[in-house]
Amino acid sequence: MDSYSLFREFADSWALLALVLLFVGVVIWAFRPGSRKVHEDVANIPFRHEDRPAPAGTTGARGEGGAR
Amino acid sequence: MWDYIKLAVLGAIAVFAAIAANYARDLAYMVNALTVMLAAAITFVWVLRRADSPRPQPANEYLDGVVRAGVIATAFWGVVGFLVGVTVAFQLAFPALNFSELAQGYLNFGKLRPLHTSAVIFAFGGNALLMSSFYVVQRTSAARLWGGNLAWFVFWGYQLVIVLAATGYILGATHGKEYAEPEWYVDWWLTVVWVAYLAVFLGTIIKRKEPHIYVANWFYLSFIVTIAMLHVVNNLAIPVSVFGSKSVQVFAGVQDAMTQWWYGHNAVGFFLTAGFLGMMYYFVPKQAERPVYSYKLSIIHFWALIFLYIWAGPHHLHYTALPEWASTLGMVFSIILWMPSWGGMINGLMTLSGAWDKIRTDPVIRMMVISIGFYGMSTFEGPMMSIKAVNSLSHYTDWTIGHVHSGALGWNGMITFGALYFLVPRLWNRAGLYSLKLVSWHFWLATIGIVLYAASMWVTGIMEGLMWREVDANGFLVNAFADTVAAKFPMYVVRGLGGVMYLTGAIIMVYNLWATVAKQPATADARAAVPAE
Repeated sequence: MDSYSLFREFADSWALLALVLLFVGVVIWAFRPGSRKVHEDVANIPFRHEDRPAPAGTTGARGEGGAR
Repeated sequence: MWDYIKLAVLGAIAVFAAIAANYARDLAYMVNALTVMLAAAITFVWVLRRADSPRPQPANEYLDGVVRAGVIATAFWGVVGFLVGVTVAFQLAFPALNFSELAQGYLNFGKLRPLHTSAVIFAFGGNALLMSSFYVVQRTSAARLWGGNLAWFVFWGYQLVIVLAATGYILGATHGKEYAEPEWYVDWWLTVVWVAYLAVFLGTIIKRKEPHIYVANWFYLSFIVTIAMLHVVNNLAIPVSVFGSKSVQVFAGVQDAMTQWWYGHNAVGFFLTAGFLGMMYYFVPKQAERPVYSYKLSIIHFWALIFLYIWAGPHHLHYTALPEWASTLGMVFSIILWMPSWGGMINGLMTLSGAWDKIRTDPVIRMMVISIGFYGMSTFEGPMMSIKAVNSLSHYTDWTIGHVHSGALGWNGMITFGALYFLVPRLWNRAGLYSLKLVSWHFWLATIGIVLYAASMWVTGIMEGLMWREVDANGFLVNAFADTVAAKFPMYVVRGLGGVMYLTGAIIMVYNLWATVAKQPATADARAAVPAE
């Protein structure tokens, strides 16, 4: 079989299936239980560090700062 | 030590550029080589004058100097790009404006058209993406830009790309690939700059203090990575000579065409859509002072866009030598794109839920809202035009031009203006904009300008599509091509006027932004007594 047909057959079978499953997995992951709390928290990231970076040594701003 | 290495490299570049200019085989190459020589010499002197002086990189401050420079560059290239656009619009209506005798063909439509597209997409849009991504990634990562002053290298390197490309087009250096016109050495230089850009952006994300990568950064990162891939593959070309601008494509025939439109459509998808969605997901929540409507939807929006957009390119090649299956694939994926596009639009608009009154009181948010509206409209129109039956009427007509401009002027332009109005008071520590009234003027001039532009292009596009396919009872074509050109004249004038209104709005914006900084006192710096860079 020439390489074109080989690639073509792979692309519209296993590769297609893998990409679809990956995408469905991403959607399921976004709706996983407990994601609401995380998403509500991270949606507020733009309102935390308007003026200066987080001080050295801190990781994460969860609970700190809040809306400006 | 590092400064001495820089000096040696810059000196070597200046010397090699001088040698290249001496041996140049064509004018465009010589002018570009002299430009490089000049740029290297200026940078050499600048590095020399500040060699060994301490340059602190305080980790408790954001690197905003480069964002300020980016704001100025965005506004400048915007006005330049719109001005060239208005010029080419009137050249089409009044061919005498080509001044072919006077300018010896150097200012013909064919030369200025790529200058216009590159100026608005890559100079105006590109600078908007560079500066806004530098601003957003710092704020949402709570960290200073990575790589010291590497961001400055990215900024100036990108301006050099713009200048080389623009002078090259006028003097005749072009790949002949739409939106990828710059010749091989400009492509190579852009690759270097882009790798540095990726390093700065990714480095900042890696050292972030927020555990989560905010969704705007996902969009920006996908834009940077995908553009790198598209740029390298589409510009695979062998230079005829190291001392000449001409290069020959590696791909040929329909493979070359498919590569070009894989690049071309994804330049729309990842440069003009994904990158600007990054801006939307930061600036709209900030200006509305409320978080994005649904963070879940933003995640699904992102991944759906990434999975779908990359396959849509073949719709540019309906009814050509491209195989039928590839053409159908492109069409189907374009139509599926309706869903993520409209999901994203709803997400942006609904961010205002509970704060709809701001549309009445705040002209900046109005600008952002209308940009999202145009995003929705042009992402509806685009898939519709990719349907083969529609495309057989719309392709090669002005309808395509109208579609592109409702996206570019409406979506990209308006969201960029909104971001500029947001950024300038913050970056220069001013209490607010100089005049909200002028923002309203800008808003209405730009909006009516776009409506005139899009409406006239719909009319003329559908008209010429119908005229081209009109046959008489014996099966002969009724109209000559010149008949369609003559019939389009009134619409071309209306389109040009729409462009004038859009340009006027942008000039008002530049004045307003200048006055915001120059005519208003600085507020107390929120970052305490740190001198501005």
